[in-house]
Amino acid sequence: MDTSAHDVLLVGGGGAGLRAAIAISEFNPKLSVAVVSKVYPMRSHTVSAEGGAAGVIKPNDTLDEHCYDTISGGDWMCDQDAVELFVREAPKELLRLEHWGCPWSREPDGHVAVRPFGGMKNERTWFAADKTGFHMLHTLFQTSLKYPSVRRYDEWFVTKLLIDDGQVRGVVAIELMTGRIQAILAKSVIICTGGCGKVFPFTTNANIKNGDGMSLALRAGAPLKDMEFVQYHPTGLPFTGILITEAARAEGGWLLNKDGYRYLQDYNLGKPEPTPVLRSMELGPRDRLSQAFVKEYEKGRTIETPYGHVVHLDVRHLGEKKINAKIPFVRELCLKYQGIDPVREMIPVRPVVHYMMGGVSTDINAATPIKGLFAAGEAACVSINGANRLGSNSLTELLVFGARAGLHAAQFASEQKEGNTAAILAQAIDEKRRVEDQFLNKTAGRESISTIREEMQKAMEEGAGIYRTHDSLAKAAETIGKLQERFKDIAISDHSHTFNTELTAAFELSYMLDVAEAIIACALNRKESRGSHQRTDFTKRDDEKFLAHSLVYRNADGSTRVEYLPVTITRWPPAERVYGK
Amino acid sequence: MKQSHAYTLYHPKWYRRRVSTWWWTQQWRSFKFILRELSSLAVIYFVALLLWLLWSLGQGEASYRNFLAWMESPLMIAFNVIAFLFVLYHSITWFNLAPKAMPVRVGGKRLPDWMIAAPNYAAWVVISVVIAWFILGGN
Amino acid sequence: MAKTITLEVARYRPEQEGEPAFENFDVPLNKDWVVLDALNYIKDKLDGSLSYRWSCRMGVCGSCGMMVNGEPKLTCATFLTAYDPGPIRVEPLRYFPIVRDLVVEITDFMSKLKAVKPWIVRDEEKPISEGEYLQTPRQLDNFKQFSMCINCLCCYAACPVVGLDQHFIGPAAIALAQRYNEDSRDQGKEERMDVLSQHDGIWGCTFNGECTRVCPKNVDPAGAIQQYKIKAVTDWYKSLLMPWGKK
Ligand SMILES: Cc1cc2nc3c(=O)[nH]c(=O)nc-3n(C[C@H](O)[C@H](O)[C@H](O)COP(=O)(O)OP(=O)(O)OC[C@H]3O[C@@H](n4cnc5c(N)ncnc54)[C@H](O)[C@@H]3O)c2cc1C
Ligand code: FES
Repeated sequence: MDTSAHDVLLVGGGGAGLRAAIAISEFNPKLSVAVVSKVYPMRSHTVSAEGGAAGVIKPNDTLDEHCYDTISGGDWMCDQDAVELFVREAPKELLRLEHWGCPWSREPDGHVAVRPFGGMKNERTWFAADKTGFHMLHTLFQTSLKYPSVRRYDEWFVTKLLIDDGQVRGVVAIELMTGRIQAILAKSVIICTGGCGKVFPFTTNANIKNGDGMSLALRAGAPLKDMEFVQYHPTGLPFTGILITEAARAEGGWLLNKDGYRYLQDYNLGKPEPTPVLRSMELGPRDRLSQAFVKEYEKGRTIETPYGHVVHLDVRHLGEKKINAKIPFVRELCLKYQGIDPVREMIPVRPVVHYMMGGVSTDINAATPIKGLFAAGEAACVSINGANRLGSNSLTELLVFGARAGLHAAQFASEQKEGNTAAILAQAIDEKRRVEDQFLNKTAGRESISTIREEMQKAMEEGAGIYRTHDSLAKAAETIGKLQERFKDIAISDHSHTFNTELTAAFELSYMLDVAEAIIACALNRKESRGSHQRTDFTKRDDEKFLAHSLVYRNADGSTRVEYLPVTITRWPPAERVYGK
Repeated sequence: MKQSHAYTLYHPKWYRRRVSTWWWTQQWRSFKFILRELSSLAVIYFVALLLWLLWSLGQGEASYRNFLAWMESPLMIAFNVIAFLFVLYHSITWFNLAPKAMPVRVGGKRLPDWMIAAPNYAAWVVISVVIAWFILGGN
Repeated sequence: MAKTITLEVARYRPEQEGEPAFENFDVPLNKDWVVLDALNYIKDKLDGSLSYRWSCRMGVCGSCGMMVNGEPKLTCATFLTAYDPGPIRVEPLRYFPIVRDLVVEITDFMSKLKAVKPWIVRDEEKPISEGEYLQTPRQLDNFKQFSMCINCLCCYAACPVVGLDQHFIGPAAIALAQRYNEDSRDQGKEERMDVLSQHDGIWGCTFNGECTRVCPKNVDPAGAIQQYKIKAVTDWYKSLLMPWGKK
């Protein structure tokens, strides 16, 4: 079997992965770094992020305020030591990106400009017009090209983590171009595979966001943390699910129901003012805004369309000039995909699955419980996002914890000697056989990939959506269980070794089923309502019992088990979340 | 282009399409582009013609008359008209492209393309008029 | 039955066939569908073995560039209804080697991208503790347009020079070089000029302008290349007139 070996291996070349790669190269240029990514790095989903990245930079702002906004936004589920570290590192990381050439939007005097964002008390969101993620990713990618120690495996698809004696030793991956299945060995591995929005039918997430890394870690024995917390973004375009960034509201956009009424004022989010007020109304946190939409729908005050009910996002009063200057991409997307011009028309929007607060459980150094295995970015859960992430914290998280993961993985790798290669190779050969027998060369099979995927998505939306109950979740659990069984009988018509995307689709489906199971298991057990996890049968937050992270494990027999880990509280004792005051 | 070798496992077998020599005839846009490229020959031709004119002037009157006679032949007139049309085409496309090559910014805003092309055209017209005045009415 | 439209999709399966051939599929003509949605419909419902790249479905990841009726397009931003009543011919991006079906080989482009040194080059780095490099909105505006490239490669598929000369470094890579040259924080102009003033660099370009015409993000690579040429020429004159001056 073909093998190659490196010091540190990154699964994923998005924002987190590339930041880690650079950190490792700067730590020690002699360490060989492998970046394994199923798409060319600049295609990673970080590219779609629009609004901005948070970091305290203006004199009127403080680190403590950023901490508080993040912690209260996360409904006290964030680990406060991690948040403090994150907030402290954030401005430095954003500046570093500035030095690498990121085209941040500027003040007239040449300083970096910041904009307001949902749930933030001060203006602290750095932005590059409304293509922030695009510019960050391309800056990171282009900068990474200058480090000779970075070896990229572009369009390689990881199918398994190789673990020996409780320590990670590398991965098995398929080179899509040739169909070659190879073991790539490494002394430490970082999972940076991003989120898993595709578990749901209606999402802002790209086709590649299937929770690959979460499932890989789970199968390798690492726990996932806080998987019940799934963020719905309040403003997605119907049908496509394309995101209309929060920046549209931060610049002054209004949310209107079918009567043209700014309905958020009925949901304890403050009073309507003509200009945006921080932490109020349209600039409330995402969980509360998405929940308000459901209530409005129940009251019959939303607008019916062929693609579900919507409300209106109105930015017309901002005027063409401001729209072109601050949110040009919003206009471009509306014109191109919705056939409307926001300068003259209202934008139809509805809540859409957007972000996974949960992920592979790590400590503050990005380490998982498996030796040598680290995780960063949306795939990981440190946790700084708690029960509800604040917009613009994620892009910064990629940088802060990407760099941190890189550093610690590099240090770990430096201390390791060669492991037992024979045992690892035997494992890799087994995996190769599994890929061939159960997927590539499989001729029998009756179940269609797309049917199972659609049924899974439907079950998740119905059972584990914005509002959940024991019954809805139990039903979804049952469906997913059945789909797991049916997956074994999957039909694969494509047996080619050359760029076989049916093969990868099958793998991605299997990853998503695992993630779906984990989400439901955590949600069923959390008998309270907190942040984005709202149970209609347990409507209150319960700090007595549930001020703790869910940790979901996979048992040897394939079943899941959920344990709890207390939340770290340093300076901000749990309190009520107050907005609009 | 036929590819004869067979596929071997784990080795990609890419298909490359050779570009036809006549690719530019397949689309009006590319045809116009090739015309534009060719029009530079006409420019060269006129430069050569001018040099020849100067040279024959230098050789004395007989030679100059000879040149004029040659120029009056219907064949040459037809040829020159065609060459002139090519040069016109060359100039117009050239001026239209100028704004792309030399964007001008005023007060941080890029000037619209026509504002850069227009002075070029204006200069062209003015110079042409001046020359015409010299040749036709100036004496 | 709802209205349908025919897609003529180029298929190439290297393990089975020597050269590409077209296969026809009828897909529903949904007014909200883009060409990519139709391809997904084919993959999900008609033929799971069709291969193509896509990801964001919002015109920003650059994966889904293909030839649609002979024009390079982002298929996630190209509506079916624009081609009613069809048929719509979908082919892999022109001038690139075809790997399979609609997937083309782009490692050559990736090495060209790297060759132009697309990163900030500085004689001296400023420490992070000293804050940001100041850059006025106007300075930002100087290079902003060239920084919008999503590497979808539509411009390569439109450029006849790319078709005729494989070594030509190409529109997107040169535009990216210009993006860094024009960045007030950068000091690497000369290094990049060494790469780009070669024959396969800017001088390969005949200013056909197709790259700019097809660019879905209005990057204007043709403009970038011409600006570069002018700079190369003025540099050359300067060095001729003032050979003692700094290169
Ligand atoms: C539309 C949208 C807008 C957003 N806007 C904002 C915003 O304004 N501010 C903000 O802070 N956050 C925003 N977010 C969230 C943020 O963009 C993401 O959380 C973040 O980009 C995730 O980055 P990542 O590096 O973790 O993963 P990604 O960028 O998703 O990268 C994942 C990588 O893993 C690789 N990979 C995955 N599986 C495999 C496998 N099996 N084998 C090999 N490689 C694999 C992929 O190829 C890819 O390179 C937005 C998200 C979306 C969807
Ligand atoms: S799918 Fe990303 S650009 Fe079309």
